[in-house]
Amino acid sequence: METPTPNAMPVPTLAATPLVVMEGIEKSFPGVHAISQGNFDLRPGEVHALLGENGAGKSTLMKILAGVYTADAGRILYKGQPVTITSPRAAQQLGISIIHQELNLMPHLSLAQNVFIGREPRKNGFILDEKAINAQTQALFDRLNLKLDPRTRVTDLTVASQQMVEITKALSFDAEVLIMDEPTAALTEAEINELFRIIAQLRAKGVGIVYISHRLEEIKRICDRITVMRDGRFIDTVQTAGVTMDRIINMMVGRTIFEGAPELPEVRSPDVVLEARGLNRGRAIRDVSFTLNRGEILGFAGLVGAGRTEVARAVFGADPLESGEIYVQGKRVETHSPQDGVRHGIAYLSEDRKRYGLALGMDVETNIVLAAFQKFLGLLGWVDNARTNKTAQQYTQALAIKTPSTRQKVKNLSGGNQQKVIIAKWLAADTEILIFDEPTRGIDVGAKSEIYRLLNSLAQQGKSIIMISSELPEVLRMSHRIIVMCEGRITGELDSREATQEKIITFATARGDVTAAPAFQ
Amino acid sequence: METQVVKRRSLVNSDAMQRILAFGALIGLFIVFSLASPNFLQFDNITGILLATAVNGVLALGVTFIIITGGIDLSVGTVMTLSAVMTGICVTVWRLPVPLGVLAGMVTGVLAGIVNGILIARMKIPPFIATLGVLYVAKGLALVLSGLKPIYFNDTPLFNQVVMGSLVGALIPGFDIPNMVLIFFVAAIVASLILTKTVLGRYAFALGSNEEATRLSGVNVNAWKIGIYALGGLFSGLAGVLIAARLNSAQPALGQGYELDAIAAAVIGGTSLSGGEGTILGTVIGAFIISTLTNGLRIMSVPQEWQTVITGAIVILAVYLDILRRRQS
Repeated sequence: METPTPNAMPVPTLAATPLVVMEGIEKSFPGVHAISQGNFDLRPGEVHALLGENGAGKSTLMKILAGVYTADAGRILYKGQPVTITSPRAAQQLGISIIHQELNLMPHLSLAQNVFIGREPRKNGFILDEKAINAQTQALFDRLNLKLDPRTRVTDLTVASQQMVEITKALSFDAEVLIMDEPTAALTEAEINELFRIIAQLRAKGVGIVYISHRLEEIKRICDRITVMRDGRFIDTVQTAGVTMDRIINMMVGRTIFEGAPELPEVRSPDVVLEARGLNRGRAIRDVSFTLNRGEILGFAGLVGAGRTEVARAVFGADPLESGEIYVQGKRVETHSPQDGVRHGIAYLSEDRKRYGLALGMDVETNIVLAAFQKFLGLLGWVDNARTNKTAQQYTQALAIKTPSTRQKVKNLSGGNQQKVIIAKWLAADTEILIFDEPTRGIDVGAKSEIYRLLNSLAQQGKSIIMISSELPEVLRMSHRIIVMCEGRITGELDSREATQEKIITFATARGDVTAAPAFQ
Repeated sequence: METQVVKRRSLVNSDAMQRILAFGALIGLFIVFSLASPNFLQFDNITGILLATAVNGVLALGVTFIIITGGIDLSVGTVMTLSAVMTGICVTVWRLPVPLGVLAGMVTGVLAGIVNGILIARMKIPPFIATLGVLYVAKGLALVLSGLKPIYFNDTPLFNQVVMGSLVGALIPGFDIPNMVLIFFVAAIVASLILTKTVLGRYAFALGSNEEATRLSGVNVNAWKIGIYALGGLFSGLAGVLIAARLNSAQPALGQGYELDAIAAAVIGGTSLSGGEGTILGTVIGAFIISTLTNGLRIMSVPQEWQTVITGAIVILAVYLDILRRRQS
């Protein structure tokens, strides 16, 4: 049974014993030394941010605490006692609860069934007490002000609501330590505020919260201390109050970052490379029309669920349209499949990188040539490996993809480098119109800067870019023009010079009055 | 502005619709065959359909649980035979009372299921391969243990009489439905209760829906998987006992091929091979569709070869229609 196992010497308890102390943690996976000298401590009633670039080791460190992985070396103290946490259940029993970055829900089951999986209230042993499961879940939802029906199936929910169910589940353990890995990635502003309210409540109760996030603005807002990791190592822990953004970023990347606004290429060709007229599909896409010029970066802003991804996928050919016309380089085209999209020079980089953008089990080289194989084929479909290799090397260098070799499996790369591989793929396929859906989601500050630079240079080379993003600073910074969508319609179009966050939010919520927007700055 | 919480879900792709459609197809077959031949709706013929469904149906019940977890069990046919042989050996060679023989048969099924479970959960062998291996092992063991000869239950006529006799016929004269059919229905009801009301059923769905999430939620995935495959084995054991009683003998050369009918029944009934979805009612309807089809075609004097062609086409059609229906969402 997994209970905390006391080791030789008990640690004397002090007045304010930290809830958790992790010292000298080492963890390796095949081919990767993920954590060396990992240190972390968490006090009761504290919100402690864990920051670092992708691949820094923060998720891995917390997964060790949550029992998903076991450390190769080092020790963990829980409330002053040394413990070994061998499984997720053991961590739960200690009082440690984690909200993972990827949703861990069973889509076919209902919300209530998901929340109580593994600890269902029962009647007589093996028989489930369905009424109790639903009632208790409803009580949890009520406590969190969530308007959800416990009997709904998870697949019927939007992603944001699924995230809230995950949060409910983690909170229902009455844990003393709560780990949140990128909890706000899919949430709307209202939900983020609700989440912060809950975090404040927990804090007051003495719960220790670990907050892993890339959103520096949020961290500044709610976290007491910040621990930074880099390359699997602990760098430093600082008080949030008084530390500057520059210092934090410096700790994260160990070098200075180009933070100023990049110069947008002024000369934009008047050529219209893409035009959409009257696109329609049910309630998802309603009478959408827009144009895209050569060398332009067109930002698509809006709240999660506004319909931007739907429009992008429809233009690309991944989803059908009920009506509307698409013109590429002035010629009318129909895209009934991604094949059509690629044929007309359109590329779509999905927001769910791992699911839709990469063949994770394959190497960098294969992924780069994946969309353009026909260029590398010889007689009878024989693949010209020399040429695929050369092409892969070229793009790896050109885009500065950090990988030991082009034979490295893509799943071992960090998020930012995975994104670059996907970009390389579409460049290798000679696409001229690139649609990026949340290009920097889950990517740390250092790599973000590189992606922005990349986008700019692509635009300068004459590629035309549509950038869908929910991060307003990003949209404002990168776009020549911004189109705002709300509930399937285009509600506003702004030139970069006149655009402000308030205006975008006004269009995004399709309301006349301007709502306060503190969550974004 | 309202945050959209729930995606709309039309009536067409709800679970209930799947079963309604399957049931409608069954009724449709009945209508077609009754019109095609006056012999179809005879009591004896319907009883024949019920009997034919019973053994396959029991196998299909067990296989439903396994497919819901996202796995597959190819060994159900030969494990059924092995169970029949074990029952035969207990009763005729070791001279044990028939109830003990029956128990031995069912235990054999459970043990085979546990072996499957360990291969799949602990040793991480893919279910297709693991159960394929057990298929061959069970087939061979049945031949070895029986000495390559059928085992006859001539000394214990009670065995056949209990299973093939008719309780219903004793109560309602003229309605001689063999007890075997009742046993099947009882097994189906029990299976349904297990699937919908117990922890084991819940975890079967959870595993099929998202095994990793289930594991991360603290559920002992390996243990429950073994339990589910063991349950599947129990049904195979029961099927073995039933078929031994019906034929009044354990036929060691039988069995292989039954697994495909069982899987077909589950799939036609709406059990998704990718896991997370399925119902016992659907499986029962699926089993009836198969045996009705076979029976009706035979009554219409369609040659046996063509019967299997048509059954295969129906399986493909059923699954394809289901995919189309789901795509509506």
